[in-house]
Amino acid sequence: MTILLCIALVLGGTWVGQHVNLLPISASSNAPVYDELFRVLLSIGTILFVGMLGLVIYSLIKFRRRPGQTGDGLAIEGNLPLEIFWTAVPAIVILFVGLYSYDIYDRMGGMQPLQHGEHGHQKMSTNQRIWGGIGSGTVSQAESKSNNPLPVEVTAMQFAFLFHYPKGNIISGELHVPTGQQVSMKMESKDVIHAFWVPEFRLKQDIIPGQPTVLNFTPTKPGRYPIVCAELCGPYHGGMRSAVVVEEPAEYESWYSKNSKEIISEA
Amino acid sequence: MTFANSPQANQVSPSLQPKGWLRYLSFSLDHKVIGLQYLVCGFLFYLIGGALASAIRIELSSPISDFLARDVYNQVLTLHGTIMIFLWIVPVVNGAFGNYLIPFYVGARDMAFPRLNAVAFWLIPPAGLMLISSYFITGAAESGWTAYPPLSITTPAAGQIIWILSVLLLGGSSIFGGINFIATILKLRRPGLKLMQLPMYCWAMLGTSILVVLSTPVLAGTLILLSFDIVAHTGFFNPTLGGNVIVYQHLFWFYSHPAVYIMVLPAFGLVSEILPVHCRKPLFGYATMVYSIMAIVVLGLMVWAHHMFTSGTPPWMRLFFTIATSFIAVPTGIKFFNWVATLWGGRISLNSAVLFSCGFIVNFVLGGITGVALAQVPFDVHVHDTYFVVAHFHYIVYGGSVFVIFSSIYHWYPKFTGKMLNEHLGRFHFVLTFIGFNLCFAPQHWLGLNGMPRRVAEYDPQFAFVNQLSSVGALIMAISTLPFLWNVIQSAFNGDVAGDNPWQGLTPEWLTSSPPPVENWQGEAPLVTEPYGYGITNEELAVEPSINDDIQIPQDK
Amino acid sequence: MTTITPLDETNKVQVSKDQEHEDHRLFGLVAFLVADGMTFAGFFAAYLTFKSVNPLLPDAVYELELPLPTLNTVLLLVSSATFHRASKALKISDSKECQRWLMITAGLGLAFLISQMFEYFTLPFGLTDNLYASTFYALTGFHGLHVTLGAFMILIVWWQARSPGGRITSENQFPLEAAELYWHFVDGIWVILFIILYLL
Repeated sequence: MTILLCIALVLGGTWVGQHVNLLPISASSNAPVYDELFRVLLSIGTILFVGMLGLVIYSLIKFRRRPGQTGDGLAIEGNLPLEIFWTAVPAIVILFVGLYSYDIYDRMGGMQPLQHGEHGHQKMSTNQRIWGGIGSGTVSQAESKSNNPLPVEVTAMQFAFLFHYPKGNIISGELHVPTGQQVSMKMESKDVIHAFWVPEFRLKQDIIPGQPTVLNFTPTKPGRYPIVCAELCGPYHGGMRSAVVVEEPAEYESWYSKNSKEIISEA
Repeated sequence: MTFANSPQANQVSPSLQPKGWLRYLSFSLDHKVIGLQYLVCGFLFYLIGGALASAIRIELSSPISDFLARDVYNQVLTLHGTIMIFLWIVPVVNGAFGNYLIPFYVGARDMAFPRLNAVAFWLIPPAGLMLISSYFITGAAESGWTAYPPLSITTPAAGQIIWILSVLLLGGSSIFGGINFIATILKLRRPGLKLMQLPMYCWAMLGTSILVVLSTPVLAGTLILLSFDIVAHTGFFNPTLGGNVIVYQHLFWFYSHPAVYIMVLPAFGLVSEILPVHCRKPLFGYATMVYSIMAIVVLGLMVWAHHMFTSGTPPWMRLFFTIATSFIAVPTGIKFFNWVATLWGGRISLNSAVLFSCGFIVNFVLGGITGVALAQVPFDVHVHDTYFVVAHFHYIVYGGSVFVIFSSIYHWYPKFTGKMLNEHLGRFHFVLTFIGFNLCFAPQHWLGLNGMPRRVAEYDPQFAFVNQLSSVGALIMAISTLPFLWNVIQSAFNGDVAGDNPWQGLTPEWLTSSPPPVENWQGEAPLVTEPYGYGITNEELAVEPSINDDIQIPQDK
Repeated sequence: MTTITPLDETNKVQVSKDQEHEDHRLFGLVAFLVADGMTFAGFFAAYLTFKSVNPLLPDAVYELELPLPTLNTVLLLVSSATFHRASKALKISDSKECQRWLMITAGLGLAFLISQMFEYFTLPFGLTDNLYASTFYALTGFHGLHVTLGAFMILIVWWQARSPGGRITSENQFPLEAAELYWHFVDGIWVILFIILYLL
């Protein structure tokens, strides 16, 4: 009976992990990897939570003091094998989760040395350190598709993002990127800490004044997604939003050439 | 000398019962008075913090910023966080129950340093009032309870400075309390009482106090540097002057992550006291419980940077902090399995105290699971600083600590006052709180995953419905306070007389009258070597028979 | 009612001369010094991080002069020794000797403070000049505050030892012991500070 319940629990948890979708659509190359991790964590979490909930409720019902009952419960003070069991099992689960998330982290490019502007388009002072996080290295999958990441310089200020494309000298309030093309962003803040977050990309990176950060990603799905500031930055923090427009390469090219020309003609 | 003047020092009085309500407003040195001072004072601040939370939820029931001005909203959320952490949970789970119970548990007549103890308490009301009055006088701090520079340097300085001052005072109070607890537990134990015979709450408080003493001063130092930046225009954390904002985050979280354990470890201890009494079973796995507390203390000091995964920390640091953080789940898990094992096979009275404790177990397990998930860098990068995190830490500090505070009030109220609380109202309170809490915070997980950042006054309209759901939950939580308040107030006057030991508990605080006399016991302190010796026949009980005779005397009811 | 003989009479610290209480107060002081040490540890950590992460531009780097701080180090180390002499004198109930050594210790502390002030005035950078300057002043200033407090404590202890009915006798050495412990702690912090700030 107990074993059956456990199997049902594990199967149920796995099913929940696979079929309950709590996430927004995935629109970048690392989002499916993230979703994989999320599903595993959701499965494990569901199994643990439902299991503990069941145990507590079962104990409260089964072992409740019925009217007229007096006296104490069983004088069990402990059970060493049991203790070892529930030390070892969580430790193994944690170890598994840790290794698995390390693997995910690696696949997202987190362990690679920070790379930005490998094509020398940046004029960085040599003693300025670049900070980054996930997606700050070159995403390997994307690398095969395109060896030529699209550089974008992001400036955050209270309360807006500005996107500067050094190649076409475009300054835009919205981020336009083509699908399948790796984008390499160098982000700087003018005033306080902001954060660049695109929920559909599953990516977030703080934009820190005095310490440029980099964020690389490869969009995969055309659409218009919100860019959200995720670090309290002042009264209008909630209104500090922008959009990233992911377009097919052809559409992007037309947007690019249109805006690029305008800027040049002005100059 | 205050001691000689204070009413309860009147030891020659034939009745050892302290007299008069005024002593609760005095610089009393009695640990029980100080404990209740902490409790009531903390609860008043909880009501204020709760009102602020209501304001936040009202604002968030519509996607646009309409209820509060934007800067006022930021002040409100800053005050809400600061009050709930520094004026409600930390003082109550540590100061209130610690002061009341620890001297009983170690068999002492008071804390090691009663005067320091009173000073520690009396730092709190002025600090709290100063913090709250800043809202009315200059405008409160606007940079969140984390006060990240450079935002905290650029927002109006007066409010931020008052915030720093009051947090410094509260930190000082916390350090004094911690020193007192360490000295009391290690040095004031009754002769014959071994460390491994102490009730679990002592261990929890010992661990907590170690964390307090090691980490709070770092916060104090950091805030002093921050105040220099604001007042003297130094550049520690000001990037335009060459400073480094990330260093602040490291120093801040070196305190503020252990602060989570400062809030939940005592709660763990209190649950370990409550469950065995009402389950009529020994606490399962005493030794492993002790070791897991100490493991949490050690691990808790080296996981702080998991709050900074998106702050541009280097990869090795992320990896280290991911692993260290994940492994905290192991000792924490041990504690939860042990509690369930304590329930298993017991004779559980399904009263309010047990219900709140079990509510705590359920809520905290969920909060712990999301916590392990958040420790994983790739996971955290998506949900960091979103409502997922808000949901997670409310499950820890409200679903965890606050549920335990309520559970403890139901459990020890008879000892505090000598009167029983109304059980029906208590269960009603539990049901309302549990439903309201889960309705308020469970949907916020989804909000965070789908793109709602925290600390915003306005949001994408697609989240409106779920936010309204959450606001309804908050409303239920607010209402749930009413039966509780009515219960504690009217029971103090009209409650059933509790007697000395209504729950038939074995821990030392039950072996004296309710409320206890000034120096805790009429005769010698009882030697309780098995605080959880339930389910054992009377001859085997650890309470020495002669002591038992002693404590019969005050039972004149 | 029988007389109550509390097992632990700790709430009457002032009244009781029980040796046990002294222990607790010293224990409490040690715990407090641990906390205080953590504040310094936070400052040191901040300084070292600043140093490794935010290097100054070469023209802003200023080599600190060593003679004066070395003199300061010597002053404090000697004062630790003289304080130790004072407490040894008290142990053999030599109040006069104790007072003399206390005065010497306080004098050394004062000399340290004056020399520190002198250094402040001769340094070419001010509090807000750059990150280093700020951290330098914050660390040495916070330490100086401790020395000032310590010097006051010594003077109070000296005063108490001086008056014949005073609190400090060979039976009740707690104020002296506490001040001594604190003073050694402050000296120890200075040594670490000297190494990290001036030598590294």
